Formats: sequence, C-alpha cells, structure tokens
Amino acid sequence: MTLDFGLIVQNLPEILAAFWMTIWIWIVSNILAVAFGFAVATLRRYGPGWLGLLLRLFVEVIRGTPFLVQLFLLYFGGPFIGLSLDPIPAGLLGMTVYATAYYSEIFRAGYNAVPVGHVEAAECVGLTRGQIIRRILVPEMTMLVLPQCVNMAILMMKETAILSIITVPELTLVVGAIGSQQYAFVEAMFLLALFYWFLVEVSGFLGRIAEARLSKFRFAHS
Amino acid sequence: MTRSAVLVRDVHKSFGDVEVLKGIDLAVPQGSTTCLLGPSGSGKSTLLRCMAFLEETTSGTIEINGQPLGFAETGDGRRTRLPAGDIRKVRSRIGMVFQQFNLWPHMTALGNVTEALVTVRGMKRKEANAKGEAQLARVGLGDRGHHYPSELSGGQQQRVAIARALALEPDILLFDEPTSSLDPELTGEVLNVMRELAGGGMTMVVVTHEIGFAASVGDKIVFLDQGKLLLDGPPSEIFGAPRHPRLQQFLETYLDRGAATLV
Repeated sequence: MTLDFGLIVQNLPEILAAFWMTIWIWIVSNILAVAFGFAVATLRRYGPGWLGLLLRLFVEVIRGTPFLVQLFLLYFGGPFIGLSLDPIPAGLLGMTVYATAYYSEIFRAGYNAVPVGHVEAAECVGLTRGQIIRRILVPEMTMLVLPQCVNMAILMMKETAILSIITVPELTLVVGAIGSQQYAFVEAMFLLALFYWFLVEVSGFLGRIAEARLSKFRFAHS
Repeated sequence: MTRSAVLVRDVHKSFGDVEVLKGIDLAVPQGSTTCLLGPSGSGKSTLLRCMAFLEETTSGTIEINGQPLGFAETGDGRRTRLPAGDIRKVRSRIGMVFQQFNLWPHMTALGNVTEALVTVRGMKRKEANAKGEAQLARVGLGDRGHHYPSELSGGQQQRVAIARALALEPDILLFDEPTSSLDPELTGEVLNVMRELAGGGMTMVVVTHEIGFAASVGDKIVFLDQGKLLLDGPPSEIFGAPRHPRLQQFLETYLDRGAATLV
C-alpha cells in the first residue's frame, strides 16, 4: 500500500476553508480570552471579595473539567437552559471560556510577580490605581507572562481539533471526513499533523520575536 | 518657631500581634536632615514608611507641612480616613527613595523621571523631558537618560530614583536605606548627591547605616530601639560623651566597618 496525497489537491478548496476556520476561531477566541482573562485576574485582585470568590470558582470549575466535556455540555446541554447555539458560535464561546480561565491564572501570577516596590514607587509619585495598572503593572507583567501566553496560545491551537465533535467545519472535521470518505485515514491524519505543526511553529516564531523585542526591558539588578 | 515639615505624634504601628512602633513622637524641622538610626527591627524603616503612607499607622497622627496624612482626628479621640484625593495631595509633598531603587524596568531613566510629570501632573511630553533631563543632570546622569535601568549600575539606578523623586519638587525627601544595596564603591556617588541636596536646604529624613554620613550631614540624629525613640538630638550631642549605653553598644558593631573614627 502506498500513501496517496492526491486527496489534498482534489479537495483543496474545502481544506483551505477549514484551515481558515481553524485559524479564525483560534485567533478570535484567544484575543477574547486574553482580554477576559486579564479582566478576571484584575477583578480578583482589586474587585470586591464576593466577586473574587465567584471568579475563583469559575476558574476552578473550568480548569477542573475536560474541554471535551465542557463543549458537549454547552452544545448539547445548552438548549435545556435556553442556550441554543450553532456549532461555530458554540465552538467560539467554548474556546473563549476555557482559555479565559487559564489566561486569568497566567495574569494572576503575573500581577504577583511584579515587585511590590515598583507599585509603591508609583504610589509615592501620585499615580492612581488605574494608572498603576495601565502604566506599571501591565507593561511589566507583559514581559513576565509572554512565554506562558505563547504556550497557552499553542495549546489552544491544538484544542481547536476538539471542536470537530460539535461539527464545527475546522481542519480535523473536514480533513478527517475526506480521509474516511476516500479510505485514506493515514494520509488525512498525517496531513492534519503537518497543518497543526505548521501553525504551532508560526505562533512560536511570532512569540520569540515578541520576546526578543521585550528582552531589553529585563529586570534590573544592582 | 518654624513649622515642622513632618510632625509625628504618638504613632503606634502593629503588624498582627507584633507592635513595631510603640508611641513615637518626632518633629522634623524644615530644611534639616534627620537621620534615623537603630538596629534591625527597631522600627526605623516602618516609621519612614508610615511618613510616606506606605504603611498605615495603627494609632497616632502624622502631619506633613501641617496637613494630616491619611487620617484626621474627629475630636472624640477617634480618627477617620481621609478621601483618596486628599491623601494623594499630601503625599505629593513627599518624595521617597527606596533601598531597592524600584525603578520601572520598562521605562528608560528619563521615562522613570518624567512618568509622574506627564501622567499625574499632565505636563506636555516635551516640557516633562526638559525637566527630567535637568533633574538627571543634577544627579550627574545627564547623558544616561535613554538607558534602561538594566543598563545602569546600582549607584546610577539609585541616582535616577533620586531624580525621579526630585522631579515632582517635593518639600520632603525620605530615604529608606538608600545605599544598603550598593557596593561600597558605589555608595559614595549616592551619598554625594544626598550631601548636595542637604546643602541646598532640602528637608530629608534618612534611614541609614552610614554612621559617618549621619554624623557629618545630619542636623538631627534619631536613635530607635525596639519600637521606641530612645535618643533625639544634634549629632554632637548624640555621638558626644557621655554616650547612651545602648547607642554605644550599637556603635561598637560598626567598629570593624569603617566607623572607627567615630566610636
């Protein structure tokens, strides 16, 4: 038996569409999750105690359950509580919620890693809390959390494959279907592995550029 | 009688069950250099941090230029916390220099010095830069404005931190062991800047282990021990004979560290 990669050429438009779907969902859900994750970490730090507890519960539940299970509950269980979503919005929402919990923990650790003295110095020159967050904590934290954020984005890239179970027309669903229709499972899976690896390499490359740009701001030592 | 720049009255400070300051009274005269000395755990840094409102006192009052810092007495012996805006206003009269410099690593030296001018005072970037450069020149770093903290030596970083505090034209500068993180070689350049400031009439409160500096530059020496103010007076009186036995004991630990001439 020989491997037949003709199936790429024959199904190019479908595969390209799935490729873009994967990238689109991945990028949008990650951007949203970074924003929400930052908000969760900030509210846990500065918000009222009850909200902090609630958000902590959210993070614990999301981190404590498999993404696959969350997605099933959202897509198939959602209609029982009046939340009927099409596959793509459900996939986007599921990815965002899942990644938000993880990003919020990255930012929480980031907040804690900024030396207290840097905040005290800002207080002493009269910066308000909002200014301290915007001008001191966020930029300093960015240097510290960037590697973990890149790592998280890479993990989320691979998690998009799970969206196939709720029929989001992304790479795994489309290429897998082509493979089974044409009895070319191995080729299809091999192709998938290549696609994901390519995307992960690209995001890793972009992450390294960002880290190099920020490296000049490294922490000063006496 | 001139008004005190800082007036501390019966200040107590506890961390949990541990009382670190046990009723401190202290007046810092305008234009003077007051040096706080004392062994580790005597409460000198805590007292200084209370003056900067980085720690909140448990009881007692602190006035900066006659204005209450943080809390106002209500008359019935209690006190209320002042609004955040009022606290910031009084704090803006104070500049603080830390042991660990605490420069913001993502900003250049000039960025560190001008940050509050632009963000807090609303100054135009160009104007702030001119002012920042002048302050950096004042501490001998006119050519280092575009360096990041990681590109500067410890002594240079501390001088940038002093310039940052000076840029806001404070009435009072507080120094929390400003040379304790520096090599002996770099200590001198920071102490020289402080000497010049003292000579220029800046009101300064300095927590330090540099006994020589305290004796030569200080107008007033305050010696704390176990959360209490033990001695308070001019250096000639404090260091001269007859010397308080606790101070004598404290100074003897410096014998091997270059303060021999004093002891």
